[in-house]
Amino acid sequence: MIQLRDVYKSFGPKEVLRGFSLDVPEGKNTVLMGFSGGGKSVTLKLIAGLLAPDSGDVLVDGKNVPDLDADGLAMLRREIAFVFQFAALFDSMTVEENIRLGLKKQGMSADDQRVRVRESLALVNLEGTEGRYPAELSGGMRKRVGIARAVALKPRYILYDEPTTGLDPVTSAVIDDLMIRTRDLGATGLIVTHDLRTSFKCGDRIAMLYEGRLRAIGTGDELRRNTDPVVTGFIEGRPTTAAGVA
Amino acid sequence: MLRAAETRPPLPAGFFDEVGRITLRVSRAVGDVRTWRPVLLDQMVVLGVGSVPIAIFLAVFTGIVLALLASYIFTNTVPLYLVGSLVGKTVMMELAPVLTGMALAGRVGANIAAELGTMKVTEQVDALETLSYDPLAYLAVPRVLAATLMFPVVTAFAMLIGVFSGWIASTFILELPAQEFVRGLRQFYQFKDIWYGLVKAASFGTAVALMGCIKGLSSDGGAAGVGAAATRAVVLGCEAILVLDAFWAVVLL
Repeated sequence: MIQLRDVYKSFGPKEVLRGFSLDVPEGKNTVLMGFSGGGKSVTLKLIAGLLAPDSGDVLVDGKNVPDLDADGLAMLRREIAFVFQFAALFDSMTVEENIRLGLKKQGMSADDQRVRVRESLALVNLEGTEGRYPAELSGGMRKRVGIARAVALKPRYILYDEPTTGLDPVTSAVIDDLMIRTRDLGATGLIVTHDLRTSFKCGDRIAMLYEGRLRAIGTGDELRRNTDPVVTGFIEGRPTTAAGVA
Repeated sequence: MLRAAETRPPLPAGFFDEVGRITLRVSRAVGDVRTWRPVLLDQMVVLGVGSVPIAIFLAVFTGIVLALLASYIFTNTVPLYLVGSLVGKTVMMELAPVLTGMALAGRVGANIAAELGTMKVTEQVDALETLSYDPLAYLAVPRVLAATLMFPVVTAFAMLIGVFSGWIASTFILELPAQEFVRGLRQFYQFKDIWYGLVKAASFGTAVALMGCIKGLSSDGGAAGVGAAATRAVVLGCEAILVLDAFWAVVLL
């Protein structure tokens, strides 16, 4: 289980998180939505240990991520996979090499790596792209390779950073289905997005981050029934709601 | 609740802090041999072998100019066979390592800073971390080691070509007999001339690659940030070469 407890994070004078708390239960997809620049991606980076909070606890399976040393962090990252907003594929490597890099680090044999690469690419419907370079792929394909790279590690947690941003509706739907499939395969997902369709389709629970704090949390239906003007304003896309963006 | 940002005084920011912090982390990453060893050979080819043509180009013209300059200075004052001494000593001890270093500061330093900077701003460095790789062990260590090992090799080529082109220029332009040039070359030659130049070249390689890694991995702000990082890496690399050149002159001469 992932838990954030009273987390603060600033970048210079900009306070991004101001006492943010959130529980991410196992076996479910939790969506974290909110305004752009509101600290959603920062939250994912805190969980993955890519950033350290100014204060507060970021707990993964009871271990406080900021307290972990390099070895502890490496162990933790075997349980957590990260799908980056723009896929963050390694340009100089083929699709296969991109996926194998993490497997190599886990000490997997070359034959097992090949099998796992094939399985992962099949899961995202990209069989036959092993030898292609990221520059030869469309945006949607790159994102799917990013998901394949994450899934190949068979992680317990997958952190998705804006997985459908910038994609056409059909490709977005494909990515949505993939996130549901990975959950059904047993991975716990934390999906950061401001795409409402993705939020309501993939989120077993949806949390809203506003002004650095948790503003609302619940199932899709509960959030739709929420009468908080910030929540309803965000869902309905009322411009006046944006006045309070952190 | 008191926030840590308010209770902890901010570290003084600055270049030397940045260099110190990253150098310390690089030292730790050096121990992660399993991560950097598979990448080292590729980097030696990219940074070293790819730099040989530019080093040869520089050395050819440096040797010619030195021979002509020596002849101009020595005529009617010093025996002309000493052109060989001046060309040999100057190329091996100073011009081959420094000019090659400067040229490679542009080629290698900018290459490293731009590559790592692009990886940084496109989150590829973060992606490496999430795959349990230490970015310094995977990205910085093989580049610094490759440059440290390959700068002396490239410089050795430059020494050879520089002296050879000086000899050709003396023979065909100054009409100095070949054996006279060789006589001058051998008269004051010491083995130290070569290893002094190569030790300097190795230190230049370390400095240039280190600057490229530091500026690349600390770059931000998109394409403009990567461009600025590459420029800064070249400038710092050149400055480091001049400082190290003076340092080795004081220590070893």
